[in-house]
Amino acid sequence: MKDDKDNKKKWSRRDILKASVALGAAGATPAFFMKDAWAENAIGNYPVKGKTLTLGFNVPQTGAYADEGADELRAFKLAVKHLNGEGKDDGMLSTMKPLALTGNGVLGKKVTYVTGDTQTKSDAARASAKRMIEKDKVLMISGGSSSGVAIAVQGLCQEAGVIFMAGLTHSNDTTGKDKRRYGFRHFFNAKMSGSALGPILKKEMGTERKAYHLTADYTWGWTQEESMRETTEALGWKTVKAVKTPVGAGDFSQYITPILNSGADTLILNHYGKDMINSLTQAVQFGLRDKQVNGKNFEIIVPLFSRLMAQGAGDNIKGILGSTNWNWALKDAGSQAFVKSFGAEYGAPPSMAAHTCYVQTLLYADACERAGTFYPPKVIRALEGFKFDGMGNGATEYRAEDHQCFKDVLVVRGKENPSSQFDLLEIVQEVPRSQVEYDAKIFGGDLGPYKG
Amino acid sequence: MEDILIQILNGLDKGGAYALIALGLTLTFGTLGVVNFAHGALFMLGAFCAVSTHKLLTLSVKVRDESITYFEAYKEQPYLEIWWGDTGTAIIDYAVPISILVTIPIMLIIGVVMERGLIQRFYKREHADQILVTFGLAIVIQELIRTFYGANPIPTAAPDIVSGSAAIGAFFGLSENLVYPWWRLIYLAFAGVIITAVFSFLKFTTYGMVVRAGMSDRDTVGLLGIDIGRRFTTVFGLAAIVTGLAGAMYVPILPPDYHMGMDFLVLSFVVVVVGGMGSLGGAVAAGFLLGLLQSFASMNEVKAIIPGIDQIIIYLVAIIILLVRPRGLMGREGVMDD
Repeated sequence: MKDDKDNKKKWSRRDILKASVALGAAGATPAFFMKDAWAENAIGNYPVKGKTLTLGFNVPQTGAYADEGADELRAFKLAVKHLNGEGKDDGMLSTMKPLALTGNGVLGKKVTYVTGDTQTKSDAARASAKRMIEKDKVLMISGGSSSGVAIAVQGLCQEAGVIFMAGLTHSNDTTGKDKRRYGFRHFFNAKMSGSALGPILKKEMGTERKAYHLTADYTWGWTQEESMRETTEALGWKTVKAVKTPVGAGDFSQYITPILNSGADTLILNHYGKDMINSLTQAVQFGLRDKQVNGKNFEIIVPLFSRLMAQGAGDNIKGILGSTNWNWALKDAGSQAFVKSFGAEYGAPPSMAAHTCYVQTLLYADACERAGTFYPPKVIRALEGFKFDGMGNGATEYRAEDHQCFKDVLVVRGKENPSSQFDLLEIVQEVPRSQVEYDAKIFGGDLGPYKG
Repeated sequence: MEDILIQILNGLDKGGAYALIALGLTLTFGTLGVVNFAHGALFMLGAFCAVSTHKLLTLSVKVRDESITYFEAYKEQPYLEIWWGDTGTAIIDYAVPISILVTIPIMLIIGVVMERGLIQRFYKREHADQILVTFGLAIVIQELIRTFYGANPIPTAAPDIVSGSAAIGAFFGLSENLVYPWWRLIYLAFAGVIITAVFSFLKFTTYGMVVRAGMSDRDTVGLLGIDIGRRFTTVFGLAAIVTGLAGAMYVPILPPDYHMGMDFLVLSFVVVVVGGMGSLGGAVAAGFLLGLLQSFASMNEVKAIIPGIDQIIIYLVAIIILLVRPRGLMGREGVMDD
């Protein structure tokens, strides 16, 4: 007993000093180099329980953008089929490069989904997203057809530690001053629209124009106007007046009549959806397109075009210039694979909203595979700076600094002689990505932390 | 000067639409005492009568675009054009005016069915019950329309001959910039004709006189052995026709969608309240007044002085009128006074 007691190691002064140094060194070592520094603690709905991965598709199922929302939902469902290897073909899984997905779910889990209705209202969209996060335990939310909604849901997702892969949102703010670590946008933005349109406006309309802006009075409209003014004023155009119009004004005639006598020879309609349809229709009715001002033909520009919206404007869209994120008529392998797959499933071509939602779902799933985990911070890191191709817009990059995708942008024009009910926009130019890139710092904002 | 003239025209044109919608609503309230929140839906249904007429006239042979293999892309050629050539094209071109003939019987039927089938059961109930049931009905109608026609607006053009603008300035020796769309001028004239017809009907026909008597004192008219209930049903049908026609003719101005009724509902109530609940003349006067005010408030010169005034002017006027004269501009004594 005595021997045992004597043999028992006693802490010497030297041992204590050594231990102190070791502990101090460990404490001073950057967490980056330590094992488990990125320990996958619970965040949001991680870790995933069960054999399925649930995604939340939050789209406008009622309200003015319900048709666009329905098309987004079709695309999401198709993406899930492709991820699970249940589609008639593989869609863009056959063209995306690099690709970690195998068509056998994600990380061995079958992909399922729940849907919500944003109603294109921020409060309803947040309530729907909250329900998805808390009740349905979704790991990722995607969808939407409005920047106001996207920014609201993105903020909620950041707080909840759930990744948000934005649908159709075109405001600079989404990946600018309101950017979030957990939010990613594949869709282009107002700044990129302006940059893409600039050279074509110069070529077709010259450098001595007087522009009048009608602008939807919310985040998207403001940034669209700002970007178009920046572009056109750089060309030498003068801005005669920029007038904010209430969203959903219906009859825009009282905003159009002042244009007649304003001296402007160009009208820039920073409107989208129903507002664009109504204001364009009424501008044409007021004879703006038949006018000659300052010795020039009066021109109308719609910076953001969508095929679904072009249908609503009927013949009034013919000859009008604008920009779009993607069009089903593109001939690259990725676009063709998606159009073929979507067409076989639903009998119609996908809209640009459908395209971006489909791509976003695949990109999220692929990032999980590459990260080897659903742990959000690691998935975010897998998406940040990710370079890929074969998804419809040429070589694309998810810029790490602001989570904005950079890719080619389409400048389009309302087609004069459509060959079918879907053939409404002709592609004027596929503007290369290099022309629409900009410094991430110009819009400010802060992505925030990785851990929720 | 040109700016003022064009805003006056714009205000009258807007006012024409407001007056027509409010006239229908006032007829319903004045005769039946029902606060009909489905009134906007009647306006929307009228618009869709025009859309449906256009769709019917453009029933087409689909010619496949063979270059597209992934889905069914086709170009349509209307049967009327195949059968009758230019005559067929002309008939399609006049779809909106032709739709007036379709809208009248359809809206009459809808109005009568709505009144006999639902609203008459709520005559003696609280206004809150009436609002709830008619608002519910409006939602059902709009969702039915969305199911069949989708959520996107549906473009339906005016006839080619009146699709451009009238050179009013040049005609009067003023600036060439003073132009106004032909169809809006036609709409204004149309509103004038309908308003005159309704007033003449009520003023100069025996039927109309009985209805007006019923509006003033239903019980006494009933004691005289007149089935005033049946006449009120007819008036409800008439209100539906007026509102439906307002919607049908509005289609080239505003491509209709399923939600357009709700968009006009609040506005039409404001017009009626400002004009005076139950006052037909008040509804018409308030419609034009608010149209003019809204138009002038949207002038850049006015907005430079009071920013945002264009978005609140109508409601601001409504508040002032209700504060100063609760029964509205031309409201009958006793109505909305308590």
